[in-house]
Amino acid sequence: MTADFLILSLLTLVGAVAAVSLRNLVHCALALAAALAGLAGLYLHLQAQFVGFAQLLVYVGAVAILIVFAILLTRGSDSEPDGPPATRGWVPGAGLAAAAAGLVVAAILSSRALAPSLQSSPEAPVRAIGEQLMTRYVLALELIGILLTAALIGAVIIAMTLPSRRSAEHKPQSRTSTPDL
Amino acid sequence: MTPLHATLLVSALLFGVGLAGALARRNAIGVLIGIELMFNAANLNFIAFWRYGPHPEALTGILFVLFSIAIAAAEAAVGLALIIALYRHARTVHLDKVNSLKG
Repeated sequence: MTADFLILSLLTLVGAVAAVSLRNLVHCALALAAALAGLAGLYLHLQAQFVGFAQLLVYVGAVAILIVFAILLTRGSDSEPDGPPATRGWVPGAGLAAAAAGLVVAAILSSRALAPSLQSSPEAPVRAIGEQLMTRYVLALELIGILLTAALIGAVIIAMTLPSRRSAEHKPQSRTSTPDL
Repeated sequence: MTPLHATLLVSALLFGVGLAGALARRNAIGVLIGIELMFNAANLNFIAFWRYGPHPEALTGILFVLFSIAIAAAEAAVGLALIIALYRHARTVHLDKVNSLKG
C-alpha cells in the first residue's frame, strides 16, 4: 500500500461521499467527476492504462457532462430542496448500505481465498487488447455495438417530443388561446 | 494487508456509498449518481483481480471492464433520457412525488 494508492483512494471515496451527500445537484455532479477521475488514477496505478484512459474519456468526459446537462434541463424542480440529510429514508438507506458494505468488508478481511499470489506485474498493451477484441471477444464487441446503437436511438426517442402528437396537442390550444390569429 | 485487500476494501466502501445514495436520495438524478458509483466499484474489483490474480495474460478483467464501461454509458444515456421524459410529463424529478400509480 503506497502513498499514491492512499491518495487516489482517498480522492475517490471523499468524492463519492460528497456526490451522494451534497445538497446542490451540480456540486454532486462535480464531486462525481472527481471520484471518477480518482478511479481512473487507481486503474493507472493498477497498471491498466487503457482502461484508465477509457474511464477518463467515457465517464469524466461524457457521463459526468451528460448528468450536468440533465440537471440543468430539469432545473425547474430544483427549487424544492432535496430535504435535510436526516429525513426519513436517509437513515434506513444509509443503514442498509452500511450493513451491506460491512458484510463485504468482513468477508474480504476474513477470506482465505485472497492469498497473495505471485506478485508479477502484468501488462495490458493496447495491441494485445485489440487482438483479443478482434478474435476471442469479437461477438461481444459486435453485440456491444448493437446495444449502444439501440440504446442511443432509444434515448433520443424517449427524450424527444413526437412532432405529430405535439401538434395535435398544441394546435387546438393555441387556436383557442389566440383566436385573433 | 496486501494490495489486493486494500483495493477490494476501497471498492466495498465505494459500493456502500453508492448504495446509500441510490437508496436515500429523493432526486432521480441523485439515484442515478449512486448507481454509477456502484458500477464503478464493480469495475474496480475486476481490475484488482486482474492485476493481482492468476493468469493476467488472458486480459479477461480488462476486457470485461471495457464492456462494462460501454454498457454503463448506454445505461446512463437511457436513464437520463427517462428522467428528462419524466420531468416533461410530471414537472418534477422528485421520486416521492411521482406516485400516480400508487394505490
